[in-house]
Amino acid sequence: MLSNIGISLVVLVSILSFLIIYIAYFDLKISKQIIEKKIYKLSLFQTTFTVLSFFTLVIAFINSDFSLINVYENSHTTKPLFYKIAGTWGNHEGSLLLWVNILVIFSYLFLVFNHAHNKKFRLYTLIFQNILILGFLFFLLLNSNPFSSIYPVPIEGLGLNPILQDPALAIHPPLLYVGFVGCSIYFSAAMASLLSGYSGKSFAQSIKTWVKVSWCFQTLGIIVGSIWAYYELGWGGFWFWDPVENASLLPWFAITALMHSLIVLEKRNTLYSWVIILCLLTFILSVMGTFLVRSGILNSVHTFASDPSRGVYILIFLSLMIFSSLTIFFIKYKKETYNFNLKSRETFILANNWFMAFFLVTVLIGMLYPIFLDVLTGIKISVGPPFFNIVIIPLVIPFMFLMAVGPKFGWIKSKNKILNKVLILILGAGIINIFILLFSDGYSLLSNLIFISAIFLIFHSLLDIKNFINNRNKLELPRIISHLGFGLLVFFIGINYQFSIEEDFNLKVGEIKKTSTYEISFEDIRIKESKNYKAVIGNFKLTNLKNNLAQYLGPEIRIYSNPETLTYEAAIRTKIHSDLYLTMSNVSRSDYYNIKFQKKPFMIWIWISALMISLGGFMQLTLKKNEN
Amino acid sequence: MKISFVKIIIFSFIVFLLVVFWRGLKIDNNYNTKSLIGSRISNFQLSEINDDDQYISEEDLKKNKYTLINFFASWCAPCRTEHKYLLNLLNKNKEIKIIGINFKDKKFNVNNFLNELGNPYNFVGKDIDGKISILFGIYGIPESILINNELTVIKKIIGPIDEIQYDDIIKLIQ
Repeated sequence: MLSNIGISLVVLVSILSFLIIYIAYFDLKISKQIIEKKIYKLSLFQTTFTVLSFFTLVIAFINSDFSLINVYENSHTTKPLFYKIAGTWGNHEGSLLLWVNILVIFSYLFLVFNHAHNKKFRLYTLIFQNILILGFLFFLLLNSNPFSSIYPVPIEGLGLNPILQDPALAIHPPLLYVGFVGCSIYFSAAMASLLSGYSGKSFAQSIKTWVKVSWCFQTLGIIVGSIWAYYELGWGGFWFWDPVENASLLPWFAITALMHSLIVLEKRNTLYSWVIILCLLTFILSVMGTFLVRSGILNSVHTFASDPSRGVYILIFLSLMIFSSLTIFFIKYKKETYNFNLKSRETFILANNWFMAFFLVTVLIGMLYPIFLDVLTGIKISVGPPFFNIVIIPLVIPFMFLMAVGPKFGWIKSKNKILNKVLILILGAGIINIFILLFSDGYSLLSNLIFISAIFLIFHSLLDIKNFINNRNKLELPRIISHLGFGLLVFFIGINYQFSIEEDFNLKVGEIKKTSTYEISFEDIRIKESKNYKAVIGNFKLTNLKNNLAQYLGPEIRIYSNPETLTYEAAIRTKIHSDLYLTMSNVSRSDYYNIKFQKKPFMIWIWISALMISLGGFMQLTLKKNEN
Repeated sequence: MKISFVKIIIFSFIVFLLVVFWRGLKIDNNYNTKSLIGSRISNFQLSEINDDDQYISEEDLKKNKYTLINFFASWCAPCRTEHKYLLNLLNKNKEIKIIGINFKDKKFNVNNFLNELGNPYNFVGKDIDGKISILFGIYGIPESILINNELTVIKKIIGPIDEIQYDDIIKLIQ
C-alpha cells in the first residue's frame, strides 16, 4: 500500500520536473519580464508531492511496515520511536529521497525568493535544477528505490546498526544534506548565469543567501559528526582524517572560499569567473564525495551503503555534470583583468582563497592517491593523519595571521597603519605562549608558532569586539565571531593535544590502578536490560590524587540484539576545564577488562569554538534579513 | 570555443580521474604477487620496539617452521580490520610465529594500539624511518610476508588480511 503511494508520488514528481523544464524552456522565448504563473504552481505541486513522498517513508518506518524492503532491512519493532524516524535517512535509499527533497525545496525557494532578478537567469536556474532533480529521481527509481516492496511480508525487521543509534547521528545526515545538496542551487545558478549573461554584482546578490545557508549547515553538520565520533566511537578523538571526513571537508573548503570571494564580486564587481568556478566546484565535489562513499571505493566507518552498481550510476551522472559545466564555462569564459592593490581587502580575501585551495588540494591528494595507486598498480596503502598534520598544520599559522589582519584593510586601497598594533599583539601572544610553555614539559617550535598565531587571532578578534561595542557596526559582528571561533578552536585543539593524558591498562573487578594523577578503582560490575540492548556497566571510582576528590564513572559494553552487535560506550564526565574519558572492553577468555583512561583538557571548548564558527554564519543570515 | 593548451590539459586530467574512478569500481582484491614468491629473505636485523638491546635477525627465523612478517602501524585503519585474523592465527596455530614490523610510528601509540586490540606478535620490531620495510619490498601498509624455515617467501599479502587470505595461510602451513 505505502509502497504504491510512494512510487506514484515519485513518478508524479518526475513528470512535474519534465513539465517544468518544458514550460520554462518555452517561457524563455517570451519577451515578457514576468515568469508565467503556472511555473510557480507546478513548482509548488512538485515540492508538495516530494515532501509527501518523504513522509510516506517516515510513516512506513514509524509503523514498521516491513512490506518495504528498506524498512525491513533498516528497522525493527523494538526500536525507540526516535530512532525509527531517524532510520528513514540512516540508509542509502532513504537518504537519497531526502537528497531529492532538498533539491526540490531549494529549487522552489530560489524561484520564489529571487523575484527581483532577471527572468532568463531564473528560468535557466530552474531548468538546470530540474535536470539535476530528474537525474537523481531516475537513480532513485531504477537503482535505489526506497519504496520497493517485499513479499511475503517479513514479521520482523533486521534492525538499524546500533552505532547509528545516537542523537547526534540522527541529525548529522540531514544537516549535511542541507549543506551539500544546498550547493546544487548555485551550481544551477552558475550555469544559468553563464548562459543568460546575468553576471557580476547582481548574480552575487542572487546567490549569496544560499551560499551562506549551505555553508552554515555544512559547518554545523561536520561539527555534529565530529561530536558523534567523540562520544560514540570510543577512541577518544574527534577528527581522524578518515576518508569520509575528508570527503566532507572538500566541499567545505570550496564553499568557504566561495563565501569570501562572493563579497569581492558583490562589492567590487570582479572575480566573476573565479566565483563561477567555485560554485561549480562545490557541488561537483559534493557529488564526488557521495560517489566515493556510496560506491564503496573508499573504506571507512561510513561505508554503510557500498554497492558498485550505484557507483556506476553516480559516476555517469558526475561525468555529465563535469563535462557539461566545463564546456559551457569555456564557451562563455571572458578574460577578466584584475587590478588589486596589495594593501586592500580584496587581496586578503584572495589570499584566503589560495589557502583554501591549498587545503583542498592537500586533502584531495591524500584521499585520491591511494585510489590511484590501487587502480593503476594494485597496491593498497593508507594515507594517515601524519600526512595531513605535516602538510596542513604549518600553513595554518600564516593563515591565522591573515585572518586577523585582512578584514582591517579597506576596499581598493588602504592607508591603514596597523603595524604597531600587530607587533604589540604578537608580543602579548608570545608572552602568554611562554606561560603555557611553563606548564608543559616543552613542545616543538611548530606548537609555539601555532599557539602564538592562535592567540594573536583571538586578541585581534577581541579588539574587534571592543570596537564593535563602540561603533555598533552590526555587519562586522558575524565575521568577528566566526574568526574568533576559529582562533579559539585552533588554540584549544593545541592545548588539548599538549596536555592530554592517556593511560591504557587491564583491570579485574576489585583491582586498583594508580597513574601519576589519578587512582582508578574498579569497584563492581552490573548488568542492565534495556529495550533493544543489554549492557554490562562497570563502576569505576576515580580519585584525583592532587585534591582527593572522588567521582564515579560507568563505561558500558552494550550487546545489541537486532542486529547482534557489541558497542563500547565511553563514560565521559565533561567539566568546564576538562573531560574525563573512560572506556572498557572485555579481554577474551579472561576476567580482565581493558581500560582506556583519558583526561582531555578543554574538550567542551573545542565544541564551543567550533559552534561559534557556524554561529557567525547563522547570525549573518538573520542580520541580512532584518536589513532587507 | 577556442581550443587551448590549458583546456586540453584540464579535460584530459578530468578524463583520467573519471577513468580511474571507473576502474576503481571494477577492481577486485586479487593481486598478482607471484614474482615475489620464491625469493629469499636476505640478512636483516630488527630491534624490539620497547627495548633497543633486544633484536632478531634471519638466523632466529630459521628456527621457526613458519613465520608471518606483518607490517603495521597504529595510524593505519586497515591494520585494525586485519588484526583479528592475526590474533586467530596466534591462538589456533602453534607452527607459526608472527613478527610485527612497526612502520613509521610512535612507541606510545604502538603500545596503545596493541593494548587496545591485543598483541598477536611474538616480536614487535621497530622501523621508525621505514627503511627496513623498504628492504622487504614493502610499498605501503598493511602488508604481510609468509616465509618458511628456509627463509623462502611462500606468500605475500598486500593490503589487510581477510577471511580468504587467512584460509590460504592456514592451508599453506598445514
